[in-house]
Amino acid sequence: MLKGRVLEQSNALPFTFTFLSETSVHFRVMVDTDVHACLCGPLPLHDDLKEMLDSNKDALKLEAMKRIVAMIARGKNASDLFPAVVKNVACKNIEVKKLVYVYLVRYAEEQQDLALLSISTFQRGLKDPNQLIRASALRVLSSIRVTIIVPIMMLAIKEAASDMSPYVRKTAAHAIPKLYSLDPEQKDQLIEVIEKLLADKTTLVAGSVVMAFEEVCPERIDLIHKNYRKLCNLLIDVEEWGQVVIINMLTRYARTQFLNPNINESLLEEGGGGDKTFYCSDEDEDEDEEKEKQAEVSALAKRKPYVMDPDHRLLLRNTKPLLQSRNAAVVMAVAQLYFHLAPKAEVGVIAKALVRLLRSHSEVQFVVLQNVATMTIKRRGMFEPYLKSFYIRSTDPTQIKILKLEVLTNLANETNISTILREFQTYIKSMDKDFVAATIQAIGRCATNIGEVRDTCLNGLVQLLSNRDELVVAESVVVIKKLLQMQPEKHSDIIKHMAKLTDNIQVPMARASILWLIGEYCEHVPKIAPDVLRKMAKSFTNEEDIVKLQIINLAAKLYLTNSKQTKLLTQYVLNLAKYDQNYDIRDRARFIRQLIVPTEKSGALSKYAKKLFLALKPAPVLESPFKDRDHFQLGSLSHLLNAKAGGYQELPDWPESAPDPSVRNVEVPEWTKCSSREKRKEKKVEKPFYSDSEGESGPTESADSGEFDDGSESVSVSVESGSPSDSEESEESSESDEDEEEEEKEKKKKKKEIKQMQASESRARSKPDVSFQTIAPSSALKNYELLHRITGEGLSVEYCFSRQAFSPDANMVAVQMHFTNNATSDTKNLHIEDVKLQSGMRVKEFAEIELLPAGEATTAVMGVDFCDSTQAANFQLCTHTRKFFVSIQPPVGELMRPVFLTENEFKKEQSQLMGMNEISENLTLDAKCRNEHAIVQRVTTAANLSRVPCGSDKECRFAGKTVTSGSLVLATVATKDEGAAQLTVNCEKMVIGTMLVKDLLLALTQ
Amino acid sequence: MIHSLFLVNASGDIFLEKHWKSVVSRSVCDYFFEAQERATEPENVPPVISTPHHYLISVLRHRIYFVAVIQSEVPPLFVIEFLHRVVDTFQDYFGVCTEAAIKDNVVVVYELLEEMLDNGFPLATESNILKELIKPPTILRTMVNTITGSTNVGEQLPTGQLSVVPWRRTGVKYTNNEAYFDVVEEIDAIIDKSGSTITAEIQGVIDACVKLTGMPDLTLSFMNPRLLDDVSFHPCVRFKRWEAERILSFIPPDGNFRLLSYHVSSQNLVAIPVYVKHNITFREGSSQGRFDLTLGPKQTMGKAVEAVLVSSQLPRGVLNANLNPSQGTYTFDPVTKLLTWDVGKINPQKLPSLKGTMSLQAGASKPDENPTINIQLKIQQMAISGLKVNRLDMYGEKYKPFKGIKYMTKAGKFQVRT
Repeated sequence: MLKGRVLEQSNALPFTFTFLSETSVHFRVMVDTDVHACLCGPLPLHDDLKEMLDSNKDALKLEAMKRIVAMIARGKNASDLFPAVVKNVACKNIEVKKLVYVYLVRYAEEQQDLALLSISTFQRGLKDPNQLIRASALRVLSSIRVTIIVPIMMLAIKEAASDMSPYVRKTAAHAIPKLYSLDPEQKDQLIEVIEKLLADKTTLVAGSVVMAFEEVCPERIDLIHKNYRKLCNLLIDVEEWGQVVIINMLTRYARTQFLNPNINESLLEEGGGGDKTFYCSDEDEDEDEEKEKQAEVSALAKRKPYVMDPDHRLLLRNTKPLLQSRNAAVVMAVAQLYFHLAPKAEVGVIAKALVRLLRSHSEVQFVVLQNVATMTIKRRGMFEPYLKSFYIRSTDPTQIKILKLEVLTNLANETNISTILREFQTYIKSMDKDFVAATIQAIGRCATNIGEVRDTCLNGLVQLLSNRDELVVAESVVVIKKLLQMQPEKHSDIIKHMAKLTDNIQVPMARASILWLIGEYCEHVPKIAPDVLRKMAKSFTNEEDIVKLQIINLAAKLYLTNSKQTKLLTQYVLNLAKYDQNYDIRDRARFIRQLIVPTEKSGALSKYAKKLFLALKPAPVLESPFKDRDHFQLGSLSHLLNAKAGGYQELPDWPESAPDPSVRNVEVPEWTKCSSREKRKEKKVEKPFYSDSEGESGPTESADSGEFDDGSESVSVSVESGSPSDSEESEESSESDEDEEEEEKEKKKKKKEIKQMQASESRARSKPDVSFQTIAPSSALKNYELLHRITGEGLSVEYCFSRQAFSPDANMVAVQMHFTNNATSDTKNLHIEDVKLQSGMRVKEFAEIELLPAGEATTAVMGVDFCDSTQAANFQLCTHTRKFFVSIQPPVGELMRPVFLTENEFKKEQSQLMGMNEISENLTLDAKCRNEHAIVQRVTTAANLSRVPCGSDKECRFAGKTVTSGSLVLATVATKDEGAAQLTVNCEKMVIGTMLVKDLLLALTQ
Repeated sequence: MIHSLFLVNASGDIFLEKHWKSVVSRSVCDYFFEAQERATEPENVPPVISTPHHYLISVLRHRIYFVAVIQSEVPPLFVIEFLHRVVDTFQDYFGVCTEAAIKDNVVVVYELLEEMLDNGFPLATESNILKELIKPPTILRTMVNTITGSTNVGEQLPTGQLSVVPWRRTGVKYTNNEAYFDVVEEIDAIIDKSGSTITAEIQGVIDACVKLTGMPDLTLSFMNPRLLDDVSFHPCVRFKRWEAERILSFIPPDGNFRLLSYHVSSQNLVAIPVYVKHNITFREGSSQGRFDLTLGPKQTMGKAVEAVLVSSQLPRGVLNANLNPSQGTYTFDPVTKLLTWDVGKINPQKLPSLKGTMSLQAGASKPDENPTINIQLKIQQMAISGLKVNRLDMYGEKYKPFKGIKYMTKAGKFQVRT
């Protein structure tokens, strides 16, 4: 009490006191709390800190919080400061705030009522314009384990799941498992959020949401279907931790959805047989019969040979590069995926990567070797080339040595056994005795598995019997016993040798083994066996239990074979056993006495005693402890422990027949691959702006379309009104008669150009890979000026959107440039430089034009991926002397390509693009444009759409797809009386829709 | 995933704990201490320990055990790799990762751990991102902070989090633009008694220190890329480009990082830079043993072999060693029986040797095991595999960077059996 008073006084000097409490840290915790309890009450201890927290200086607060956090870190109780700390939750200083968060999360569970005081601050934080603050508010809010706020958390998560910032959405994904562990009843609502976030297209979110999926609803594999391909494609860009989780989940998914690639290798051959009959039937003269057969055979062939689902292939292909990851967990995840899913021939690729991991930290080695050990049992060939990488160094930790030994043993076969045994010989000399024992076991296993070396191994082991180290000898005895059981006749001298060892060896297991051997094969050593029993009877009372049991066994067996010499000894041993402390031994003695010593009461069994004891026993099979471990998913904790860990998801067996693969089809194949990794990423980051949050997308998009005027000074959009002059039938679009009539081309240009245009067009058209789904361009081409001949000093450039598929890259819009050299001198080296683009956009430049002589003209085609936006592509057009800043800006109508739809398809698609995606306008048609023909004419001129056949003559329908993302664009013009009409555009991309409506209105009303 | 983290020092005290979910009592570590007692050597503690309610996954670095508490199924490598990443981050922040450094910076450590994991799932592990969130403590910054009252914690979301290249911060500026690359190769070999190579392979890494302004895009090409048999990349390297052209194309992180680690195919014969002549014998009956060791250069391509350090674990029976080195110094620890000989540089004219006798326990029989000899060495200005960097180009920025490349060969796990 006195001491307490002294300390309380010292509270007046806060710093001295802190010093005292600092030093006490160095005691063990137990002492620590005792000291507190007896010296001072828990409360006055932190008065100084409270004062500092209550002050209005941030520096003091910060200092106090730092000390409190240090206390928490040391595991000391700081919960009594809760009220003082929680007041500072709204502190302006961000570091104080963060530390308060740390404190709150740690103690909120214990002080639920007080913790509620802070909730409103977080709710405010959730609305902050700074995404970091929004995210961290959500993080803390969801980390406070207070059941009362579950509804608030739920609301916050739902809101954050549709936040603009992918970082906040990621935080929302993290919050889902937190809420789930707090209140599992929210599962259904959380699954909805997970479903929504799974559809997210950013790499940032993908890993976190799959993690949430695994924790909340791993059984809802159906949620993955629609996102499967996206996840596969995103995988390489997801952060490494997310990759691990996604790969593990996809492994399980693939096991439920695809067929075993290894199951019907034999069936494949049968399929080949089927082919043969197919060729035979070729010779058949009767055509009908042949057709029948053909159909039959092809049906058969369809069913039988294994064809890998393209989605299965996609997964294997996209995960393979990750074997090169620097993160061992990722490499392991891919390795297990290949092990569980890949066809036999392809699994080999993982061996090299796994061997590489053996260079890593010893903990990593430990886990990898465990998995390699399992793999080597199933697929030995895979690791055989890397045998030497598993050789053991004296510096390896013992647990690594033993695992390497396991792998070496599994890899042993007839061809490499001699090198392996030579290696084992050096190991036996190691100083690490546990390791030597394991090596002896390994030699034993090699000897049982490979018959050729059995005798060599046995001899080697017998030599070890004279080793000075008892452990080594004992282990050898145990292994020799197992080996001898296979062929005892030949080795009676070894048995004799071992009998002599009983005097020296003290290890119980070894003694027991020797006694068992002598008993079992007492007929081979008739003279020695009774003597051994005699010695053992003498030392019986001092032996270990397992040895005692074997002495009884030995006595019984000798009694049966050689009762003359051993009758008394046996009686003696049995009597000793009768009074043993261990009941097992007493039981055994009683049982054996009844069985072997004939009395008048003894039953029928004693007649068979000899048969019972000296029956031929099967030799033990030495098996790897890793056998059958592969029913656990490799790389998992459960596999490592060889026991099911909590939350482990079984790896399902392959299905008999594959479930419907079409479930993975996504309506709009918006996932487009780009060649460069960066570009792809940029796009991904951008996407959510368009597709995710409907509420917020409005303003963003209008901002988009507002940026028309990026320095496009030299572009004058000269719209020349087209009139039909020349009709041309396009080759690709011969779907319906109606179509052909209307798909006329109109051209009105300077005479000089026409020839060249046609020439270049025919060149473009003759290119082989015109996309199948799209339909040829169907209206006249408008020319836009890129460079006026005055600014261009004689060089004038015009461009038009040729509406051809741009063959090097299907996602690009082909821009046809027409260069005319009006100057008096030649222009050389015409090329593009310094392309300035909005993110995601790409340009495929035209090949450099080396020479454009004076007065001549030429054309070139370049490709631009506008990313479905009307932003201009700015670049410099360079000649050998000058550079001109120019830009190409596409009218919205050129950002799409026609698509052929039937009327029904059109209606179906349209019905899916209602609501926000539909824009309608009423208009009065231009006087010249009141008939169907003219309408079609004008619409197809303004936008690269194709006509959709229609039953009613009051309606004209058009369909197309945006070039980059392939979103459908549907347009309908419904005519009414007196030139009134209604224009409807349905498009997922609302910006495109709105702009297209504007353009079409203009085209139809003027 | 990761429930809690305990940091345990060599003497078995828990000096830091952090919980990401509800608090797990530190008594859970008793299971770990039990395993620690059972293991004879510190590195023999099993990395994964199963307890009735939890699983403990631990790594040992710098004589500190990082013990993670897990409650349900999670890939063990995931946790192990993460723990190593934590240690790397501490090292990056504090220069060293010792108990003292962690205790001194306990608040920063706590802030870091808070950012690195959310609910036990890794959130930000990229050092460039972390450094924007929490600035590393330097003396200068501590002083500025005390004076101006500014904080160590960033207020904005690090640009890297959302960017295409999360490993690089934006707005990097240097007055001297430099990019240095170190090609370091390690030879792992086992040489048998007679001096023939049992197994030898080369593992290499390219560590980079890049201090370049802006967003440079670098390409690094090799004269002989075919040598590289197996590679693993920093995430910044464009894999497609490597597949197609065998060129390393990347936007580098700012500062130090490991660009590439590789393995040279074992088909190529590995040059062994030194040979060892040894004669270590124990005679039956006598309490003396002979120790005779000579080192010499073998295939060094004319370069000097430096910083040679020989160590050997002598048998338990050896009481003391009375040796005479022709150069360098040797020590023998009679407790651990570890003999180390710091040779220094090998002079081909006058080969270094270590000769003398070992005294054995009186009456003990001759040890039947022979010690293995571990060798460390360095060869400057040479990559033993013959790998050569062809050129380094920079795109995307206008300035001319200063470029440098350094080669070095080291012995990795180089063992000679006797």
